[in-house]
Amino acid sequence: MIPAQFRYQRANTVEEALAALAEHGDEAKPLAGGHSLLPLMKLRLAAPEVLVDLAPLDELRFVRLDGDTVRIGALTRHHDLHGDGVLREHAPLLAHVAGEVGDQQVRHRGTIGGSLVHADPAADLAAALLACDGTLVARGPRGEREIPATEFFLGPFTTPLEPDELLTEVRLPRQTGRGWAFEKFTRRAIDWAIVGVAVCGQSVGLVNMAGTPLRASATERALASGAPIAEAAELAAEGTSPVDEPHATAEYRRHLARVLTARALEAAAA
Amino acid sequence: MSIVGTRVVRVEDGTLITKGGTYVEDLRHEALTGAVHATFVRSPVAHARITSIDTSEALQAPGVVAVYTAADIDLAPGQAGPVAQPWLADGVVRYVGEPVALVLTEQRYQLADAAELVDVDYDPLEAVASIDAALADETLLFPDLGSNVAQVTGGEFDEHAFDDCEVVVTETIVNQRVAPAPLEVRGAALAWGEDDRLTVWLSTQNPQLARTIIALGLGVGEERIRIVTPDVGGGFGAKIGSDPEPVVLGWAARRAGRPVRWTETRSENLTAMTHGRAQQNTVTIGGRRDGTVLAFRLEVVQDAGAYPRTLFLPTLTELMASGVYHFPRVETSSKGVVTNTTPISAYRGAGRPEATAAIERAMDLFAAEIGRDPAEVRRTNFIRPEEFPYQTPTGASYDTGEYAAALDRVLEAGGYHQLRAEQARRREAGEPVALGLGLAAYVEITGGDGGGESGRVDVNPDGSLTAYTGASPHGQGLGTSLMMLLSDQFGIPLERITVRHGDTDEVPTGVGTFGSRSLQLGGSAVRRAAETVIERARALAAEMLEASPDDVVLDTDRGAWHVRGAPSSATVGWADVAARAGDGELSEDVWYDEGTPTFPFGAHLAVVEVDTLTGKVVLRRIVALDDAGPVVNPLAFEGQRHGGLGQGAAQALLEVMSYDSDGNPTTATLADYSFISATELPDFELLHMATPTTRNALGVKGIGEAATIGSTPAVHNAVVDALAHLGVRHLDMPATPLRVWQAINDARKAD
Repeated sequence: MIPAQFRYQRANTVEEALAALAEHGDEAKPLAGGHSLLPLMKLRLAAPEVLVDLAPLDELRFVRLDGDTVRIGALTRHHDLHGDGVLREHAPLLAHVAGEVGDQQVRHRGTIGGSLVHADPAADLAAALLACDGTLVARGPRGEREIPATEFFLGPFTTPLEPDELLTEVRLPRQTGRGWAFEKFTRRAIDWAIVGVAVCGQSVGLVNMAGTPLRASATERALASGAPIAEAAELAAEGTSPVDEPHATAEYRRHLARVLTARALEAAAA
Repeated sequence: MSIVGTRVVRVEDGTLITKGGTYVEDLRHEALTGAVHATFVRSPVAHARITSIDTSEALQAPGVVAVYTAADIDLAPGQAGPVAQPWLADGVVRYVGEPVALVLTEQRYQLADAAELVDVDYDPLEAVASIDAALADETLLFPDLGSNVAQVTGGEFDEHAFDDCEVVVTETIVNQRVAPAPLEVRGAALAWGEDDRLTVWLSTQNPQLARTIIALGLGVGEERIRIVTPDVGGGFGAKIGSDPEPVVLGWAARRAGRPVRWTETRSENLTAMTHGRAQQNTVTIGGRRDGTVLAFRLEVVQDAGAYPRTLFLPTLTELMASGVYHFPRVETSSKGVVTNTTPISAYRGAGRPEATAAIERAMDLFAAEIGRDPAEVRRTNFIRPEEFPYQTPTGASYDTGEYAAALDRVLEAGGYHQLRAEQARRREAGEPVALGLGLAAYVEITGGDGGGESGRVDVNPDGSLTAYTGASPHGQGLGTSLMMLLSDQFGIPLERITVRHGDTDEVPTGVGTFGSRSLQLGGSAVRRAAETVIERARALAAEMLEASPDDVVLDTDRGAWHVRGAPSSATVGWADVAARAGDGELSEDVWYDEGTPTFPFGAHLAVVEVDTLTGKVVLRRIVALDDAGPVVNPLAFEGQRHGGLGQGAAQALLEVMSYDSDGNPTTATLADYSFISATELPDFELLHMATPTTRNALGVKGIGEAATIGSTPAVHNAVVDALAHLGVRHLDMPATPLRVWQAINDARKAD
């Protein structure tokens, strides 16, 4: 449980972090809360040569309302998101989901940016952001770019971020008037979701139903055309490709997606 | 008022929950100065020939002191049941996690880098990854043995055993493999002294037994080994005695000429520490439609893992097969088989939970088949109070029991009949969340090993007390319980009593802690020693008070002797008596071997809700009565029950150590291995009953494992009960959401 040797570099500004990433390319990994990266390093499944510690970057810890857009600094911790008044008022789904991630220890260290760039298909926040029509802002040597959440998750643990780019901000439209719900199905409270469903209005984001978080498009189309919830939810597993595991078969996950989608839509509509 | 029976906060806790205990890894000891650090290179494959081991690159790595393999070790191999177990894999590996090489480095952080460089070539063999594969005997783990079956008992069944039964039910029940996963993983620190003695600081439940095992392994006399246990962070049976690793480390410390420190990693612990349970039990139960059971048969197959070192487990299961019931005919058999998996050893209950799970599932299957309430069927068949001592058909001699009373108390406290009504209402209404009620009535055996225990009591010159026990508490709070007993006898306050254990130079004889034996045997030993010391003190006090020994009494409120009937006249305190005593006169060291096994019992009711759409089970209530005789410290007693209930429920609902068909463990991290947490558990509803025994000096029985034994089948039965109306008759543990959902689907299809 001791990682392979690495060099440690502390970034005091975003510019310093970007310079370090530019210098070391894909030999470097930015370190945020460390709750995905450090376990991988300890198991020696990841062995970056340089760790660029983002801890000092308080400039990336914020939640604010900017017109109709909620803006969240990438280093904001789950615990802080969960308790944030602005987020609770204007993006309650995301605030709620942040409180469902992992356990207390994880929520006090883990960050929203760290979770999103890790792109684990079982991550709660990614599916919630998808359901909220969120976008992700990255900065790099070629400037800043904004990537819709629908284009951000390319595959398991894969995003369009270049090794020299840093996720700095997450944006989502105010959730005004849209009902919401999150159904997370686990064996134990601290487990990753076997399946999760995040509903924001008539948008449905699915956790762990494919190699990436994804939207339940067939369900959304059915809802848009006026289908009742029960009928629309029956389509929740269409277009998904859940992983088949001994403790949760693909067939079981598809079944759960339908049941949980119905429950989440009912709750959101209530 | 006596302190015994009152809720005393454990004296151990202050340190443990503030600055923390001192575990092997925390030791700072002069003898360990300059110690090298050790790690084992372990097999990543289940079954293979080792074609070569190249250590040259590892030897060049920074800080590497030595790399040893089987070729270096000049010790006779150890023995695991009928087969030899090499200290490091010798030519063949037989499970993922088997030690293959030992790496020593100057600094601990250098270990993982160096270990990665040990280049082992494996030529894979077919893996025997299940009981069925083992029984097929197509691939043999030990060709010299001629079979994968390492032990067979019984099996000559009466073909007419069930002839007079109106109903016969049979089922094969898997009691799945689980990982002990103690908070403190295994560790040892070892140093040879200039006197050519080896001191081993070891995380163990039994220092004296560890001394024997390590001495035997190293081929030296026991007098040359000293074991010291620092704080031990749990063992659950998997730290009984010593594993093979400390022998290798003791050998390496000598070969390298340096003290050695070793702490395994958590990942390592999950495959390299022994596992528990791992039985497949076929029950056949028959009787009359009025609920009377006439015959019961239990066929045990024990997966012993790769090295069958604990083959007493299946026979202990056989011994306890008929549980709390008076059955006219009971037949048992067992087979112990080897597989390419982590070796199996004791785990909280060790043989008895498996017996209880089998009979308690069988009782529910029988009740369901004849359409009677499982509580009523149990009551019909209980051994009655007047039948004790009761000799079971399998050879156990139960001491005392009030089985029907225990069950009735639980049913009443739980509101069983109201719960049944609510269950019927939900079924009638077709509600998706079903209610399930599960019962378990159990009896188990504590102090069943037949050994004794040591106990020594010294009155110190200042009137304080020091006791030494061969028991080896490692989280149970036994020290506090012994102090309470002594305080009660001597009238000396707790803060002036010290209990010592765990250093074999200080406590040379002892058996240690397992099988819930420590209070009934260790406590009785201390009790006997104390009685002798008090009688000697009486004589001294009588001299000082110028009275006959028969006329002086010990006032245990004040800790002072006085003449009978004159408590306010002259008194003599413990320091006074000690001052008058000759050297060693107020010290007594006893070996208590008069204790015989006791049989704690109880009844549990579990209430679960099952979401029939998703298969998710939520444990809503556990109502438990665990009768282990008189209670010394109710706080510690309840703590043992809480832990036991949680651990037992965890087996029913969550925990399983799984292997794929190639023998690769698939639940080898705590992200995949689902231990239980407070979030998954209800507040426990504990009922109290105390039926004494006459089988030891204290009249007590053990409580360390009882609640684990009852809760697993109670929760398991509750899940099946919740699904009964859907046609589900049985499903194996753990009752994961997927399994529950599949069971519902299968029943629907069969309908």
